[in-house]
Amino acid sequence: MLLFLEQCLNGLQLGLMLFLLAAGLTLIFGIMDLVNLAHGSFYMIGAYFAATFTALTGDFILGAALAIAATVLVGMALEVIAIRRLYGRDHLDHVLGTFGLILFFNELVRLVWGPAGMNVPLPAWLNTHFTILPGVEYPTYRIAIILVTLLVALFMYVLVMRTRIGMLIRAGASNREMVGALGVNINLLYTLVFGLGTGLAGLAGLMQAPILTVQIGMGENILILAFVVIIIGGIGSIRGAFIAAILVGLVDTIGRGFLPDILSLLLPSRSASAISPALSSMLIYLMMAIVLVLRPQGLFPVSNK
Amino acid sequence: MSQPLLQVDNLAKRFDGIVATDDLTLGVVAGELHAVIGPNGAGKTTLISQLAGQLAPDSGRIHFEGHDITALPMYRRSALGLARSFQITSLFLDLSVLDNVALAVQAHAGHSFRFWHNARLEAELRQPARAALKRVGLGERADLPASALSHGEHRQIELAMALVGSPRMLLLDEPMAGLGPEESARMVEMLRALKKEVTILLVEHDMEAVFALADRITVLVYGRVIASGAPVDIRANAAVRDAYLGEAEAEGAGHV
Amino acid sequence: MTGLTPRNFIIAALLVILIVLPVYAGIAGKPFLITLFTRIIILAMAAVSLNLIMGYGGMVSFGHAIYIGIGGYVVGILAQEGFLSGFLQWPAALLVSGLFAAAIGALCLRTRGVYFIMITLAFAQLLYYVAVGLDRYGGDDGLTMYRRSEFVRPLNMSDKTQFYYVSLILLFGVMALIWKLINSRFGMVIQGSRSNDLRMQAIGFPTYRYRLVCFVIAGMICGLAGALLANHTEFVSPAMMHWTRSGDLIVMVVLGGMGSVVGPLIGAVALLVLEEALSGITEYWQIILGPMLLLVVLFARGGIDGLLAKVRL
Repeated sequence: MLLFLEQCLNGLQLGLMLFLLAAGLTLIFGIMDLVNLAHGSFYMIGAYFAATFTALTGDFILGAALAIAATVLVGMALEVIAIRRLYGRDHLDHVLGTFGLILFFNELVRLVWGPAGMNVPLPAWLNTHFTILPGVEYPTYRIAIILVTLLVALFMYVLVMRTRIGMLIRAGASNREMVGALGVNINLLYTLVFGLGTGLAGLAGLMQAPILTVQIGMGENILILAFVVIIIGGIGSIRGAFIAAILVGLVDTIGRGFLPDILSLLLPSRSASAISPALSSMLIYLMMAIVLVLRPQGLFPVSNK
Repeated sequence: MSQPLLQVDNLAKRFDGIVATDDLTLGVVAGELHAVIGPNGAGKTTLISQLAGQLAPDSGRIHFEGHDITALPMYRRSALGLARSFQITSLFLDLSVLDNVALAVQAHAGHSFRFWHNARLEAELRQPARAALKRVGLGERADLPASALSHGEHRQIELAMALVGSPRMLLLDEPMAGLGPEESARMVEMLRALKKEVTILLVEHDMEAVFALADRITVLVYGRVIASGAPVDIRANAAVRDAYLGEAEAEGAGHV
Repeated sequence: MTGLTPRNFIIAALLVILIVLPVYAGIAGKPFLITLFTRIIILAMAAVSLNLIMGYGGMVSFGHAIYIGIGGYVVGILAQEGFLSGFLQWPAALLVSGLFAAAIGALCLRTRGVYFIMITLAFAQLLYYVAVGLDRYGGDDGLTMYRRSEFVRPLNMSDKTQFYYVSLILLFGVMALIWKLINSRFGMVIQGSRSNDLRMQAIGFPTYRYRLVCFVIAGMICGLAGALLANHTEFVSPAMMHWTRSGDLIVMVVLGGMGSVVGPLIGAVALLVLEEALSGITEYWQIILGPMLLLVVLFARGGIDGLLAKVRL
């Protein structure tokens, strides 16, 4: 039971992480109508920057703040140099162009930081356990992640529901005239939105860094999970992304946690231990396939797009 | 003779709280040109989308030649003889003009699971396509890429594609949209000639064209029918004038 | 398209080079060229099949490499279980690839655009994990093939030159087939669907079923490429079907040119030759490839083939 609670919390944490990524993707897609495959690269860059800055400054929080700032700067620079030339083009062009950027960033990181993975050590005050219930201890750091991402989710909610920019996202607007009609400097807006999106990705990356290793290509695996979240939740819908992300996080974590045990009840133990890792990885995709069969537009589709 | 070719009963459609079609009942008699007019936002394009099968109504029935087609998928309706043109030009711009119309011919020529022979060399497809293009006045331009033609000529291609299947009825969504005065006049003449062979439901903003061509007019406001009848009656109808004709006439004078 | 334009001349020259390559390699004493170009030919076949759905059909699949894996695994597994006849293995690879393509296509083709891209990517991951889970057949470590596919003598797949020509003939056959397909009634529906799917449905085509058939054909051809690749490397592993392999195929198609049958072949040659040449100079060559792809997308959308077509003497 305690294990189950722990797994639920881990699942929640993963889900919120995925939400950060999916929200960033949806934001950029909703406002600029741009499909950004290189979103995962910023997840990776955020983690790498965090590793460097925490080592340089010796302080985790400062390192993290610098890492986010650096990631946002890189994101905005990229938007100005390359991304803005893709606006208004076919989605295929976006996919191809940003795929090229994935290759570029992976190699660039390899050049700058080397091929070996890196570590981000946790400061002592975060590397503790917190008693959430009598007898139930849970890592403080993971609780911190949950709190931070919930705050960001709240911020996103306010942004989407209460501001003019949010209105654009909800309307699925990718219409420059409509944006201009709101009296906004379009170029600046797009740069800032892109920066915000990449900042969210970088934040997710650096938060995960102490838990997983920081390595090249880490962005792509999680990006695909973020895509699954968007597919299940419904493209263009932030609310859908939130619910789908929690769902995916819980299913994946609890699945991985308990599938080996469930399988060993049904199958001889050698087979069970052989296929359970693969089967656990497949769970999310199976869930996605089921959703596709039943509701092809996702659980909370935005009606016009 | 008594039963309408197209009968729409109590059609209704909402989008997230906005009522686009409101208990709409309408009948189109065979051989007539029935115009549907109304101010912007009246739900005219939504109506055409539902008649063509692109949108599913929330409630209500659509009958064509006595058959209930309410749930029939889009691609089956043209086989029944109900063809539509699009308000915003919707062609195959990267193919040639002839390819565009030939595809419309191909759609009516049985299944297309033919993998071997070059479709561009099939007389069965190309002849009727050339004929239809000649009819709308584009005979000379058939071999050009569709993207090379003007907006007005695109509307003509649209019409050619709709005609190719020898439809019983045409749903025309603002065929005059974006046409200059000369092109508009030409389109009116073409529709006048077409009237004799095909039943037409015409959605239009251009009041001159509507009153020149229509046998009957239905007026929509906020998705609801407020008047339906002969043009002379519609002109005289006070409610219509209040709701629409007054501003439309002022608009129509400088209307594009 | 016909006539002695610079583009046609260059393409003809390329085809001639491919035909005489083993002879040259023999004379010049460079057998590794045969190995390199066999690989190019096989991947070109996969790229050509991708172009059928992507360039002509407008269906951008980020999961096309899974059919390379499926074809490869069918051959590898049959070989492992003692079924060495190529007459069984290769048709089986085609069949199984086709079945998977039918199942995956049936689900994915209900979507389009961005959704379609994401979904094909997700399915690629799913099948990758399935392959990793195939413990009996090597799992993550892969499966070694000790014997290549067997046909009747004198056909010997272990002979480099023979295998090269078998692959080349199959590639040419596939390209001719796709050429015919694209210009047929079926091909017109596919092209129309790419151009304006809504309009196609409005004029009366049930486009879903045509696109599905196209998807299956492309999957089967790619499965054949997989069978060939398994023979070539004598090894199959999940890495063959990782989504980044699909990305490589997309690069080949875009780089070479999406608008023609021969474009992907040009792309495969260009990419793999470039890879060979550049990786000798620096191990970070992908840092050039990435931005180059972006530049092609922005400024040379028709790829190399498109550029060649613009050359006027």
